Amino acid sequence: MATDRIVGIDLGTTNSLVAFMQGESPVVIPGEDGLNLVPSVVALDDKNQPVIGNAARKYLTETPERAVYSIKRLMGRGVDDIQQELKFFPFRLAEDLQPGEVLRIKLGEKTFTPREISALILRQLKRNAERFFGAPVTKAVITVPAYFNDAQRQATKDAGRIAGLEVLRLVNEPTAASLAYGLDKKQNGVVAVYDLGGGTFDISILNLHDGIFEVIATNGDTHLGGDDIDNLLITIALDDTLGDLGLDLRRNGEAVQAIRKAVIEAKIALSSQPSVKLDVELPGGKRYLREITREQFEQLIQPIIDRTVGPCKQALKDAGLKPEQIDEVVLVGGSTRIPKVRALVKNLFQREPHIDLNPDEVVALGAAVQANILGGGSEATENMLLLDVTPLSLGIEVAGGVTDKIILRNSTIPASATQFYTTQVDGQANVAIHVLQGERELAKDCRSLARFDLKGVPPMAAGMARIEVKFLIDANGILHVAAREQRSGKEAEIQVQPSYGLTDEQVEGMILDSFDSAEEDFRQRQVIEARNEATTILAALDKGKKSPAWGHLTTDEKKKIAKMEKSLIAVKSEDDYQAIRKAIDALNQGTTRLAELMMDSAVSTALKGKTMDEADMGEGPTAPHPMAKAEFE
Amino acid sequence: MTNSSLTTIADKPAPEETQSCWSCGTMRAVHFCESCGKVQPPAPVDYFTFFGLPRKLTLDVAALDKDFYLLSRKLHPDLNARAGIQEQEWSLQQSSLLNDAHRTLKDPIKRTQYLLKLEGVELEQQSKSATEQARSTGETKKQIVPPDLLEEVFELNMQLEELRMQKKMGEDDPALIEEIGRQKLELEEKHEVLLRELEDNWKMWDGMIQRQQNGQPVSDEDRRQERDKMVDLLNRRNYIRNLVRDVNEALEQ
Repeated sequence: MATDRIVGIDLGTTNSLVAFMQGESPVVIPGEDGLNLVPSVVALDDKNQPVIGNAARKYLTETPERAVYSIKRLMGRGVDDIQQELKFFPFRLAEDLQPGEVLRIKLGEKTFTPREISALILRQLKRNAERFFGAPVTKAVITVPAYFNDAQRQATKDAGRIAGLEVLRLVNEPTAASLAYGLDKKQNGVVAVYDLGGGTFDISILNLHDGIFEVIATNGDTHLGGDDIDNLLITIALDDTLGDLGLDLRRNGEAVQAIRKAVIEAKIALSSQPSVKLDVELPGGKRYLREITREQFEQLIQPIIDRTVGPCKQALKDAGLKPEQIDEVVLVGGSTRIPKVRALVKNLFQREPHIDLNPDEVVALGAAVQANILGGGSEATENMLLLDVTPLSLGIEVAGGVTDKIILRNSTIPASATQFYTTQVDGQANVAIHVLQGERELAKDCRSLARFDLKGVPPMAAGMARIEVKFLIDANGILHVAAREQRSGKEAEIQVQPSYGLTDEQVEGMILDSFDSAEEDFRQRQVIEARNEATTILAALDKGKKSPAWGHLTTDEKKKIAKMEKSLIAVKSEDDYQAIRKAIDALNQGTTRLAELMMDSAVSTALKGKTMDEADMGEGPTAPHPMAKAEFE
Repeated sequence: MTNSSLTTIADKPAPEETQSCWSCGTMRAVHFCESCGKVQPPAPVDYFTFFGLPRKLTLDVAALDKDFYLLSRKLHPDLNARAGIQEQEWSLQQSSLLNDAHRTLKDPIKRTQYLLKLEGVELEQQSKSATEQARSTGETKKQIVPPDLLEEVFELNMQLEELRMQKKMGEDDPALIEEIGRQKLELEEKHEVLLRELEDNWKMWDGMIQRQQNGQPVSDEDRRQERDKMVDLLNRRNYIRNLVRDVNEALEQ
């Protein structure tokens, strides 16, 4: 292929996905396990090798000190602004962190920055795509919450680089969702995208006309999502065990993770069931039992989901629109599966929200659409263009600690502003500039992006210098700065002290397997992965031969399978991964009936071994509001 | 790049304005080449010139939007992602200039302010330096109250003060709230009237520019007069808008 394949990646708080444009429609690329969703979980195994995704989940409960999840919450943030997160998430900070230093998280005995952990997830997605294509993948579009600030965006871009990916564009998640949705519908109108995910909330209002996806207003909260619901339920469970059993489990990572797993399952079940029973095994042989009705659950989460109302109203106000002027409302993110959330959205926008696209996948699909546009487009994306906005106003600190806004929020990007500075005293050579992002009046209430010094201002009387500083927000929502002293025409040197950033050198130093994209390395990895898969399928076949299902096959079928097995064993020891894969696929197909027969017998065995009564947990609590006392056994 | 959190712009000076496309050399190119489609280096022009418009204030916003979308389809970085590094840089700069110009010109107030700035009036500077001075001395910023509003504003401020006091004490005076609401409506009406007056001023200004284009003499004095009328109107409008904001804040608290 002449042009490189560009993949679209949704780097989510809870799950991540990689997608690409197959012909005229975007598709999600599954992992080796056949699943589309890669849980955003990273763990270290006992050999200190990173494990990512579904394979890493068991470490959360088995060796929680060697696993981390929801790392997105820490992207682009400093030690000071994560204190709130630390109360609810088992992030273990490196002990030797210096003030102002970039955050590092402990996994086992090693430490990683949030960027590196995100990079491990991205690398896994990259590998999944490479496995799928049978060719290296080096370019990607990555989605970020629309309300991400400059530092969070830069951190995401860095993570891509560390993973060996050239990040061609950062796309806002709700906007990406609208691309996938718009591709589907091909119609004009005003669309509101309500995106409540695992850890972030965004609301974006777009005007779709003739293929242009124009964002009119966006708002959100980068620390609001399903995680907050989980944490609330965990807190209740921990309070119960402390109050009723005197058992303080707050420092017990394994117990907390076991409870977390149970409450997440309960939360999901409550979207389709009127009530659910929690049953968690506690240390010391006790069990934590509690029934939660949907009504109780809805009462509990009301304050959390109500936090989405303010941003929605603000976005409408900024767009200059009334709810009835919105033509369609699209739901994105796993948390929008909660019926109460749907009811809230329906009430807010006075219309039934759209749920026709899978809320877990729609962002990745949209990223694939944008990747296709950047790659030159195709018939499906012809005429499509995304005009996005900056979610937060950009300002600079002026006298009195006040923020002077120079690019207002919801300005279409790229956007720029030029400011002029002068000197205060004779011969002054440096001018300090403090760049901020946020809506508040005072600089101290806004997010500090960077302080930088204009150096080498030619000696002049006070007030004579006229330094032109150009601020430019690019299409990724990332800020660039240039300065020039106008009277002398001299370019002022800019020295940046990023508030939460990394220098280029620091990022370079983190790059995972620098030779990751090298052809030979890629080939070797493919061979190893193909061999592993061959081993797995051969082992499965051995097991199948011993199962009763084997007896149901015809002699002819058995003969064919034996032949394919032999040829797989033959190519397995060779270095041709494509041949191995071909043999695997053949054997896979040849054993479909065997697998089906085995599945049938497995189901009947399972049913035989267990009665429905045993799954029941007995009487539920009786007292109302908000939830009854827990039971312990 | 000096830093990954805050990158600096690769600030190469744009080449001399050419009469032909840098790539195919066929024709006089403005923002993109109509022959080969390549993005051209940005020229240091004002927002009116960018859209090929005269410096007039009455403007067909629908036509402006149409041009904006047409140009976006040529200049946006997403559609030039496969171009060379230099062309990508031009695409970024042209596209930001396009967005800045569109944002400024489509809004009647921003458009007027921008034109006045081009005419050498430093509106922002005035208010900014006044604000900064007020802050550093701790005084409240002095605003020139338009004389015809003096009495009303005085009374309204008294009432707002009373409302704030009442709210602090947890009291509620529906009559006062109603009265303030009534005044707010009056202010909003005044605001509307001002905007219509501003449009009249635009016509005067545009007529003057037209006369000049037709070769008739326009004295500096004429120009200054038209300009000053608009500066005065904008100041009054700002004043009223701030009052409405204060009223809203007091009512919402």
